[in-house]
Amino acid sequence: MELIAIDWLILGVYFVFVLGIGYTLRRYMRTSSDYFMSGRSMPAWVAGLAFLSANLGAQEVVGMAASGAKYGMATSHFYWIGAIPAMVFLGVFMMPFYYGSRARSVPEYLKLRFDEKTRGLNAISFAAMTIFSSGISMYAMALLANLLLGWSFNFSVWVCAGVVLLYILFGGLTSAIYNEVLQFFLIVFGFAPLVFIGLQRVGGWHGLQTALAEVASSRGFADGAWTQTWSIAGDAAANPMGLEWFGIAMGLGFVLSFGYWCTDFLVVQRAMAANSMSAARRTPLIAAVPKMLFPFLVIVPGMIAIALTQHADTSGFALPLKADGSFNYDLAMPMLLVHYFPHGLLGLGITALFASFMSGMAGNVSAFNTVWTYDIYQAYVRSGASDRHYLNMGRVATVVGVCLSVAAAYVANRFNNIMDMLQLLFAFVNAPLFATFLLGMFWKRATGHGAFFGLLGGSVAAALHHGLTLPHAASVGVKGGWIAVLDSYPSEMAQNFWTAIYAFTACFALTIAISLMTKPRDERSLVGLVYALTPRESSHEAAWYARPATLGVAVLVAMILLNLLFW
Amino acid sequence: MGLDVRLPIGLMFAIMGLLLAGYGMLAARTDGAGLNVTWGLVMLAVGALMVWLSRRSRK
Repeated sequence: MELIAIDWLILGVYFVFVLGIGYTLRRYMRTSSDYFMSGRSMPAWVAGLAFLSANLGAQEVVGMAASGAKYGMATSHFYWIGAIPAMVFLGVFMMPFYYGSRARSVPEYLKLRFDEKTRGLNAISFAAMTIFSSGISMYAMALLANLLLGWSFNFSVWVCAGVVLLYILFGGLTSAIYNEVLQFFLIVFGFAPLVFIGLQRVGGWHGLQTALAEVASSRGFADGAWTQTWSIAGDAAANPMGLEWFGIAMGLGFVLSFGYWCTDFLVVQRAMAANSMSAARRTPLIAAVPKMLFPFLVIVPGMIAIALTQHADTSGFALPLKADGSFNYDLAMPMLLVHYFPHGLLGLGITALFASFMSGMAGNVSAFNTVWTYDIYQAYVRSGASDRHYLNMGRVATVVGVCLSVAAAYVANRFNNIMDMLQLLFAFVNAPLFATFLLGMFWKRATGHGAFFGLLGGSVAAALHHGLTLPHAASVGVKGGWIAVLDSYPSEMAQNFWTAIYAFTACFALTIAISLMTKPRDERSLVGLVYALTPRESSHEAAWYARPATLGVAVLVAMILLNLLFW
Repeated sequence: MGLDVRLPIGLMFAIMGLLLAGYGMLAARTDGAGLNVTWGLVMLAVGALMVWLSRRSRK
C-alpha cells in the first residue's frame, strides 16, 4: 500500500505538533520534580487520559483486535472484569498511600513501607522491563510498517525512537503526558471510522452476529461463542479462550489486572503527577470511563475482520495466513485499515497507529528515567548531589533508555527466542507483586523481610508452575513443561492465568508467614503508609460527583451493566 | 504548567480536519471520499471547540 501526499501531510502535521509540545514545554523544566513528576501540577482529567494512553501501546490496539478476531467479544473480559475493578481499587483505596506518602515512584513507596532490598528488587526489575517492553513494541511496530507500507525496519525504528526521544528530552514527564492526551484523542478519531465502515460492510450488529455464529459453529462452538462473554464461560471447552469463569475472575480479574494497574509505575506515575490528592484519586476513575468503552473501538474491529473473512467471496476481505496456514490475527486491525480507508482517512489511521505506538513507548521511557534516577542512581550510585545534577541525569537516562530500547528492538529482530524467554522471566517477576502491595498497604504487621522473600517465593512458584504444565498442543520449552509435564491446559491464556494465581498465593502466604516470624516495624514510622494507621481524609467538602467513592461506584455499576448487556 | 494542553490538541485537530475535508471535496470522488468530508468536518468542529475552551479558561 502506497501512501499519497495527503496521507503524508496528516502524518507530518502530527509529528510537528508532538515535537512542538515538547519544545514549548522545555522552559518549564527547572527542577527534577518538574521533569520527573510534572511538578505535581496536572489536572485530574489530563492525568486520567494520560493514565489510559500510556498503556495504550500499539500492542494493545493491534493485540486486542487480534484477540477480538481469535476469541470474539469474550476478549472484553480484559476490560470489564480485568482493568476496571483494578482501576477503581487503585483510585479509591491505594492512591491515598501512593500520593500521600510523597513517594516519588512506586519502588520508593516500597522503600518507605518495607526496606531497601525490596525497593532494589522492584526498581531493577521494573527498569529492565520497561526497556525491554518498549523494544519489543518498537520491533512489532517496525514489522507492521514494513509489511503494510514497505518501510524499512531501520527507518521506522529510528524515526519513531528519535521523535519520542526529542519530546521527552525537552519536556520530561509533562511532555509525555501532554502528548499522551493528544495521542488518546487521535487514536479515538483514527479508529472510530473503521468501526463505522466495518459495521456497514457486515450489515450492522445483527449482520455481525449472524456471520460470527457461522464462524463459531464452523469451529465446533455454540452460536454465541464469538458475541457473548459469560454465558460461554461455564466450561473451558465451550469457548475459544479455553477458560472457565473461575480462572477468568481470579487469574485475570484479580491477580493479573490488579497486579498491573495497581502496582505498575508506568501508569501510577501519571496519577502521582496530579495536582492534589483528590485529583490523584480521581485519575484512574476518570480513565476508567473511556477504558470501559474501548472494547467497541479495538475488539469489535477484530470481530468484524473475522466475520468478513468468513464471507471472503462476497466481502472481498480475508485475513492473511501465516506460513503454517493459520490466520495471522495480528494483522486484523492494520489490514482493515488499508483495505477500507480512502486516502486521507488512511493517513489518519496510520497516524493513529503510530500515535498508539509512541504513547506506549513514551510511557516506558518516562517511567524508566524516573526509576533509574531516583531509585537506582540516587539510591546506590550517587546520593546527595544537587537537584540540577539529577535533572541532568534524567536527561542522560532518557537518551540511554531510548538507545537501549532500540537495541532491544534489534535483538528481538535477530533472536526471537531470547525475547520470548525474557518476557517469561518478567512475567514471573511481576506475577506476585500485587500480594506484596496488598499486604503492605492493608496489614501493618507485614515486614521488609516478609515482603522481599515473599516476592522471591512468588516468582519461584510462578516458574515452577510454568515448568510443570503445558498448554494444549504446544511443545516443551518456552511455552512450559521444561521441568516435567504434570498437567496440561486447554490454552496458553489459561496457563498464564493459573501461573499468576499460584504466584500470588505463594507470595501472599510466604509474606504473612515470614512477617509473623520477624520483628514488626515501629507503628509510628508507618503512618501515611498503611491503611489502619493513616487518618482518613474526609472528602465531604467536595461536590458529591467529585468524590472518589461515588465515582468508583458509578463506574462499577456501568461495568456491571456492560457485562449483562453482552452476557 | 503554562501551556493549556487543549490548545495544541485543538489546533492539530482543526488543521487535520481542514486537510481531510478539503481533500475529500477537491479530490476525485473515489469510493469513501464522502467519509473524508464528514469526518474532516467533525474533527474541525472538535478542534475548534478545544481551542475555544482553552481560550475561555485563560481569561
